[in-house]
Amino acid sequence: MVVADDIPESAVSTRNISKNYGDVEALRDLSLEFPRGQLTSLLGPSGCGKTTLLKIIAGLLEPTSGEVEVNGQMVTGPGPDRAFVFQDFALLPWASVMRNVSFGLEMRGVAKSEREDIAARYIKEVGLGGFENAYPHELSGGMRQRVGLARALSVDAEVLLMDEPFSAVDEQTRRKFQEDLLGLVQNENKTFIFVTHSIEEAVYVSDQIAILLPRPSRVHEIIRPSGFRDKGVDNIRRDPEYLDIVDEIWASLRTYVE
Amino acid sequence: MTLFGYRLPGMSSLILWGILWEIVGQSGMTFFVPPLSEVVATLFQVIQTAAFQKALYETAYAFIAGVFFAIVIGIPVGILMGKNRLLDELLLPWVNVFLSAPLTALVPVLMVLFGFGMKAIIITTTLFAIWIIILNSRAGVKQINRSLVEMAHSFGASPFDAFYKIYFWAALPEILGGVRIGIIRAVKGVIIGQLLISIVGFGALFELYSANFLMGHFWAVLIVLFALAFTISEFLAYLERRVSYYAAKR
Ligand SMILES: Nc1ncnc2c1ncn2[C@@H]1O[C@H](COP(=O)(O)OP(=O)(O)O)[C@@H](O)[C@H]1O
Ligand SMILES: [Mg+2]
Repeated sequence: MVVADDIPESAVSTRNISKNYGDVEALRDLSLEFPRGQLTSLLGPSGCGKTTLLKIIAGLLEPTSGEVEVNGQMVTGPGPDRAFVFQDFALLPWASVMRNVSFGLEMRGVAKSEREDIAARYIKEVGLGGFENAYPHELSGGMRQRVGLARALSVDAEVLLMDEPFSAVDEQTRRKFQEDLLGLVQNENKTFIFVTHSIEEAVYVSDQIAILLPRPSRVHEIIRPSGFRDKGVDNIRRDPEYLDIVDEIWASLRTYVE
Repeated sequence: MTLFGYRLPGMSSLILWGILWEIVGQSGMTFFVPPLSEVVATLFQVIQTAAFQKALYETAYAFIAGVFFAIVIGIPVGILMGKNRLLDELLLPWVNVFLSAPLTALVPVLMVLFGFGMKAIIITTTLFAIWIIILNSRAGVKQINRSLVEMAHSFGASPFDAFYKIYFWAALPEILGGVRIGIIRAVKGVIIGQLLISIVGFGALFELYSANFLMGHFWAVLIVLFALAFTISEFLAYLERRVSYYAAKR
């Protein structure tokens, strides 16, 4: 673990966020900083408000009180500085991979030929070259999420918001995704906010892990794994620090699991 | 159906009913039922007459105009009702009332309001078709995957984009189902409208035939109308099967 002065400035800050759904208090007075160019995981048992927080950052939900800043700007709604990757992919079933990937650019008014050039590049980058004209129902779950990822990457937003993006794909595919995600964080100069309920996944991919606990929802602890990040994707899962952190997180979460 | 080991094509039982009709007709039991052979011969004569062609043209015109208005008003209203809670609360009771109401009873009122001509018939046709189109479009929007809407919103879709690029397409299978039933109802609407108003189209023709006791003519035109309605409905069912194939894959 690392001392605080290595942490880059924040790309996203949430301050004193509370969110109530009627009588349900989903978030209470939650403040969190998301360092630029890094991947921060929101980890916690289901129902603790991870999706709610992510959607508030995305501008899809309004907080009951508190504020979100992206690059020093107050968030009042969705914006071109953020892109969302959905847990259930959220692909248009009637549209080809090409149209799906370029949909974000289409909404931003980019001309057809230009947006298809950009989309084609990201379709290749996520490993779906050759599937440009396929329809979502012809693809496996893993491939569909690659389409969702390519769509989010192609709008070139600085902040990528991912809501349990790998929870609906099989274990092998998930491991491949996690490795690819580490590559993305390295190569793309973006800030990633990544929701997961898997402890191992969070420790594997994150620069910073925020552990959320329910009732009332709050940030319980922030962990910054650092020692094993450059030991290579194959060695991370055997690293003593990795294993220690997984154990430590489990120790704090276990009381909240029925 | 099979007979003596042979597979009979669909609806071959109609032949049996045709023979029965011919026998009743030939027996001269009632002036009301002339023999089928005579009716068929009249049919070929009738469809060449200017009066029939004018009636067919007027009917097609009223039908197409009525269906057109039902679709271009019905689909957006249904989609908006599915999207907007307030609009839904305001309109849904009326849609349900009109869906099950005996609209025939409204035709005389429409005649008073819109005159005894084409306008009243077109409006009757629209009124027969529109409610089920609204209701189905609404249902299509209600079942839409919420995250598609959020997705569009998160990429900055305008309300107009969301309407035409998400809601319409997501609800398309239900919308087309509604349009199919709507069109079948419109066939009824356009004929009932003409019969009650009875100075244009087939209404005028029927009036003419019954005033002159031309029962053969009467039956001939009826057969043409039934065949047309049946063909339209079968064609739409075929289209809908193609679309449900797509819907199952979404
Ligand atoms: N639209 C909603 N209406 C009412 N309650 C909701 C709604 N969305 C979420 N909640 C409640 O808020 C809490 C947090 O939900 P969520 O953010 O989805 O948690 P997570 O993503 O961590 O599983 C849960 O108790 C959930 O039942
Ligand atoms: Mg969630």
